[in-house]
Amino acid sequence: MSSIKADVIVIGSGIVGSSAAYNLAKEGRKVIVLEKDMIGNGGSCRNGGGVRISGRDPREIQLCAYAAKNIWPQLSDELGIDVEYKKSGYLFMGYEPAHKKMMQERVEVCSKYNIKMKIIEGDDIYKRFPYVSKHVTVAGWTQDDGVANPLKATLGYYIAARRLGVRYITGEEAVKIIKIKDDARQVLCASGNIYEGDAIIAAPGYFGKDLLKTVGIDVPMQKKLNEIIVTERAPKMFDHMIGGASGHYGQQTENGSFVFGSGSGRELFLFDKNEKTSTEQSPSFICNTLGIDIPFIKELKVVRTWSGWLDRCIDLVPVIGKIEEVPGLYVSIGSSGHGFGPGPAVGRVLSELACGRQSPVDISKLHYDRFDYVYKQDRYKEATVGGSFG
Amino acid sequence: MSEIMDRSKDIGEFIPRPDDDVIICRCEEITRGEIRKAVHMGLWTMTEVKRYLRCGMGLCQGQTCSKTVKVIIASELGIKPQELEECTARPPVRPIELGIFGNEVEKL
Repeated sequence: MSSIKADVIVIGSGIVGSSAAYNLAKEGRKVIVLEKDMIGNGGSCRNGGGVRISGRDPREIQLCAYAAKNIWPQLSDELGIDVEYKKSGYLFMGYEPAHKKMMQERVEVCSKYNIKMKIIEGDDIYKRFPYVSKHVTVAGWTQDDGVANPLKATLGYYIAARRLGVRYITGEEAVKIIKIKDDARQVLCASGNIYEGDAIIAAPGYFGKDLLKTVGIDVPMQKKLNEIIVTERAPKMFDHMIGGASGHYGQQTENGSFVFGSGSGRELFLFDKNEKTSTEQSPSFICNTLGIDIPFIKELKVVRTWSGWLDRCIDLVPVIGKIEEVPGLYVSIGSSGHGFGPGPAVGRVLSELACGRQSPVDISKLHYDRFDYVYKQDRYKEATVGGSFG
Repeated sequence: MSEIMDRSKDIGEFIPRPDDDVIICRCEEITRGEIRKAVHMGLWTMTEVKRYLRCGMGLCQGQTCSKTVKVIIASELGIKPQELEECTARPPVRPIELGIFGNEVEKL
């Protein structure tokens, strides 16, 4: 069967895949995007919409800062679609000395990259943020952080890329990457169709794990169900991102509803499902912890709850970049629940790499080759724990 | 969703109609014209249109308008409404106060 050809084949139509496709199309490259489901139906449309630099792992902080400074502020103009990005800040709430210590560590990481995060305590919190409960004793504030609308941003990239001539094929599941003379060149789909390009960009989400295994790439990750609650509309109370040490995160969206997510910490043990579904645990946990931190929210009605897979990498940062073992393959996988904010930048990075250029930002610590080291560390840790049992 | 759709397929130009300003989703005040335009921007599933425009995301969660939205999208794509997949029904069935929902934690 003859293959369907383009310059670059992109697997996955989330914010990363579509950002990559958009950037390539802007340069006149012919791009085909293969999507097994519908557009952006994974983590890209299922998150709290945070565009955060603070509270990041040092290995990915530069990527997040690049997205927040160089892409998000101009994105609405660039795509011609309002993605509702605001550099409105991020309030992180804590309740005990351990949380203050955690925030101090975050401040230290941020300061290395010239991001100003400050710690606020006691009455200063309630003066500045009157809706916060007295239960919150310490808070971190980062003005450089912000929020956006995940639905508008993800679908906006798709609409703009499609307008530039990117060919999207939905319902087309990539099942195998095929090498020609050692280089990744073709993608076989469940339908039997074969797509061929000079480069392949894979941004497939958790279930792309098996696809990457077809060329011997095995990213250590697991899936975890995370859930989100959405309230009815309410008058605007705040426009910044909020997170709590109890695990919740979210925002009051442009239209007035509060969108907050969290895991309950129990989902790995309570059920073994392969379907995304709402449970009775996490939504009530989110409502409970959120109600404690921001009491006025308790009176609002929850109109909707939903869930999504969090593709958790073993060391909680994604694999991004060129795969040396498979020339021609460029990957982003395992965002571990915080891939939306840097998403547009990841797409741009992959598009640059696929064109044979350098990444505009340092991603060397997110390389696939880091796992040898992680495994060795983990074996060492396990051995120590095992020893203490014996 | 398993049906293969080439999103570059030509579905024709958007042609304005006199009833384009009729409100279809009353909770979020989304008009027929906005829904029709969204289809021509490439949003070909009920979920994509909902996510982009918010029709069906308000207080009634699409219980009032989703059938009409479906017919409009299908007509724009030139397919039968039953060929379109519904949006996922989300709990709770009726809106519930956040404080009451949060109390459920004690029963877990």
